[in-house]
Amino acid sequence: MSLDRKTEAALALHRFGFGPRTGSIAAISGDPRGALLAELDRPGAGRTVDPDLPHSGVAGRAAFGFQQERQAARRAEQDARKAAAGAMGDAPGGQPQPANAAPASPEMAAAALSKPGDPAAAKPKPDPGVPQKLFLGEAKGRVEAALGAETGFVERLVWFWSNHFCVSVDKNGEVRAIAGAYEREAIRPHVVGRFAEMLRAVETHPAMLLYLDNVRSIGPASLAGRNQHKGLNENLAREILELHTLGVRSVYDQDDVTSFAKIITGWTIVPFRQDPVHGGEFTFNPRMHEPGPQTLIAKTYAQDGVEQGLAVLADLARHRATARHIADKLVRHFVADQPPPALVERVAKRFLDTDGDLREVARALVMAPEAWAASRAKLKRPGEWIVGALRATGVTPPDIQPVMQAQNMLGEPLWRPPAPKGFSDDTASWIDGLSQRLDVASQVAVRVSALVDPSAVVDTALGPLASAETRQAVARAESRPQALALLLMSPEFQRR
Amino acid sequence: MSIHAPSRRELLLGSGVLFAWAHLPKAARAEGRDPRLLTIVLRGALDGLATVAPVGDPDWPRLRGDKALALAGPHPALPLDGFFALNPAMPNLHRLYAAGHATIVHAAATPYRERSHFDGQDVLESGLGRPGMNDTGWLNRALTALEPAGLAAPARAGHNGREAFAVGPVVPLVVRGPAPVLSWTPPRLPPASDDTVMRLLDLYRHTDPALARVLEERLGLAAIARAGGIDEKGKPAQPGPAAQVRQFFAESAGTAAKFMARPDGPRVGALAFDGWDTHADEGAVGGRLAALLGALDGAIAAIETEMGSAWGETVVVVVTEFRVRTHRAHQRDRRHRPRDRDGGAARRRRAAGRPRRRRLARAARCRPSRRSRSQTDHRPARRAQGRAQGPSAAARVGARLPGLSRQRLGEADAGARPLGVTRRAGSGRPRQEGRHRGNRPDRTHGAAPCAGLLTGRQPGLPIDAT
Repeated sequence: MSLDRKTEAALALHRFGFGPRTGSIAAISGDPRGALLAELDRPGAGRTVDPDLPHSGVAGRAAFGFQQERQAARRAEQDARKAAAGAMGDAPGGQPQPANAAPASPEMAAAALSKPGDPAAAKPKPDPGVPQKLFLGEAKGRVEAALGAETGFVERLVWFWSNHFCVSVDKNGEVRAIAGAYEREAIRPHVVGRFAEMLRAVETHPAMLLYLDNVRSIGPASLAGRNQHKGLNENLAREILELHTLGVRSVYDQDDVTSFAKIITGWTIVPFRQDPVHGGEFTFNPRMHEPGPQTLIAKTYAQDGVEQGLAVLADLARHRATARHIADKLVRHFVADQPPPALVERVAKRFLDTDGDLREVARALVMAPEAWAASRAKLKRPGEWIVGALRATGVTPPDIQPVMQAQNMLGEPLWRPPAPKGFSDDTASWIDGLSQRLDVASQVAVRVSALVDPSAVVDTALGPLASAETRQAVARAESRPQALALLLMSPEFQRR
Repeated sequence: MSIHAPSRRELLLGSGVLFAWAHLPKAARAEGRDPRLLTIVLRGALDGLATVAPVGDPDWPRLRGDKALALAGPHPALPLDGFFALNPAMPNLHRLYAAGHATIVHAAATPYRERSHFDGQDVLESGLGRPGMNDTGWLNRALTALEPAGLAAPARAGHNGREAFAVGPVVPLVVRGPAPVLSWTPPRLPPASDDTVMRLLDLYRHTDPALARVLEERLGLAAIARAGGIDEKGKPAQPGPAAQVRQFFAESAGTAAKFMARPDGPRVGALAFDGWDTHADEGAVGGRLAALLGALDGAIAAIETEMGSAWGETVVVVVTEFRVRTHRAHQRDRRHRPRDRDGGAARRRRAAGRPRRRRLARAARCRPSRRSRSQTDHRPARRAQGRAQGPSAAARVGARLPGLSRQRLGEADAGARPLGVTRRAGSGRPRQEGRHRGNRPDRTHGAAPCAGLLTGRQPGLPIDAT
């Protein structure tokens, strides 16, 4: 089935990008494929520049310091309370606490009134803490990058790889603080670079080492292991093999996992407590490293120190099973839940032929006829859909919190997947959240409806993809907010 | 005397003056008053006949069939004046009406005659003759036209009388404009309305059966939750959607009242409630529309309560963008019809009641009578050109606000195109243009819009002496 150029442009934006912005469809309809490829070729593609966002080391130390302070404060408070209880015995009850009085009086209620543009009138919010502030700053940068992208293809790749190599901010405050930096430092520089380099950057990043517990994994025969009786932690080794590279039930067994876990013992971070300058940064600690050669998937690695693990990663990155696993996931993400086998084969071959050049792999995907012939059956993921809605209406949220709340509500909280496997990518996993999407759509629509004309948004966001039924539903809605909500919920806007 | 052709502005002003002079209630100019005007926009075109039904018309039951409000039956409508009766979901409005504090204006509309709800709302709220993305609403412009020392804006330190008050994340167009707007957003917005769900379901059924199935499940669950107050894992039951809507309406309206009641609070406010574009099976009795009307009734009660002693100085106008067709409504369509209702000056109903009743009855019979259409323009500066009809509902309300005289309203509206078209399209015959909507019932603009006013003022100031 061949598509006319405009339809192809709209499809390109929805399937490979973050959805159209005003004028996007027309802008790329001369050469939709070319527009996607041009984004891959742009210098610095994938990277973001924001001088306000700190390096992961800085962010991690800030989070650690904050938590130390808070603990100390809590302890001091407890001590004071104990001391007071001891001293006062059965003194009468405490002072009334006016701070928590209900805002019943008009004066209090007036504080809840906010004049547009008058920040002084805003209700004071409790301090969210350093890790959360860092998290929100990173989240804002990420969403803004997706809103500002021309087609959004490279940003979609960033989101794809970030989910492939996911960490979770639920782990602890440090991971919460550095999850964004992790994406900027380990994922973004390599989305149109080499898989091997991304793999190495990811597996040596403090966020990943913390998330999958490798910071505490100690070789049983290492110096530390012999002294401490603490053990090997296989989490990171297993997930690298199962999720990051070869794929589950492929060419390795449990012995391989154990060997690999030993190989990467000593891959850890500088303890925060020990070093206020470099705490939280990656380091190889030979005292924790299991000495001696190890055998993994029928190959013996005799290197010393960190080189042993790096050699394994290099081999894993160019393994045939890895190529297939990555190709399958990419096609599943961008094209169809049942990926066409021939396309997976072709993308995998491109991966192997180019030694894991991810720009070439992405290019192969865009140039594949199957990638355009597939029906628009995949449901957009929640975060992707929200960004698409903001792009379609041309609204940049002044505050990132509501966007994050919406993602949470729709089951895709940012950098907080339920398991190391990341968020699922198939329609079946997300379709039950449709009614929550409707509530989010309604709220977004209410907030932006004063700024946009729904029928113009239909043309912007769907153009030739809009069905007569959807156009009619929008035109006949009872209000602008309802019209917008229906548009954002239309099958053409939900699926890609 | 100089001779020059009067500009349109002067004409408008002139007619306004004349009009005001003739009809402006004297008390409105009394010293020492500090009146409030709160406008509530019902988005989606309320079905006025399902709210205030002409039960005295022998043709009425035939028109709406067993869905018609009636004085008998398990849910008897509340009698108003012997001809019209009020939906039983609104006991509070009924009480106000009986006490002479509320009136209902059927057959009022803007000149807008197309079928887009939001364009209709634009016209209603901007007061201008054309739809489109307007920047200003008539209430805001009216505020800016007030004299600084006007009674609506006593010159008191820290006084907010020159500001408008709005509820919701988006300020309703009616109060947008050059005058500053204070806004307040309820902490919790209600979930998507049932109406939105139904429309989406209809869209999915025609285009995407898989999505339709998912949405149907939601509806099924919602129905169970409504019936039984289901709770998961022993958590306290969430209020059902209907209860959430009630709560949202009451909180929004009550908060607006709370602020406007303050001595230094705003004197003009607006809020909008969605969900009124009800269709077949709208549930005028015991169903969805009844639930919405009940919520609106609760909002009116909340205003009365929160206004406190200022209630006596308050006019509340409830308006909707256009009317739903009268006819055949009992089969499937009834849709757009505008109306406003709100509280305020009680007695006007008497003056207005009789002629309107005739019109309505005619409209209800769908006779091709021009008069069956709207007789009253909602908007402030209804037009001058010759076919003067009754004063606009807004103008009549405005007349109750010292400083918001008709002249002022006319001035505020001086940029508006002359309307003069209020009756134009008004044949009582149902128009058929909406007929091809797939399986959806068609929507046309038939007769019988209505409007309403409520007030806490004592009876005795007929606003609508048209």
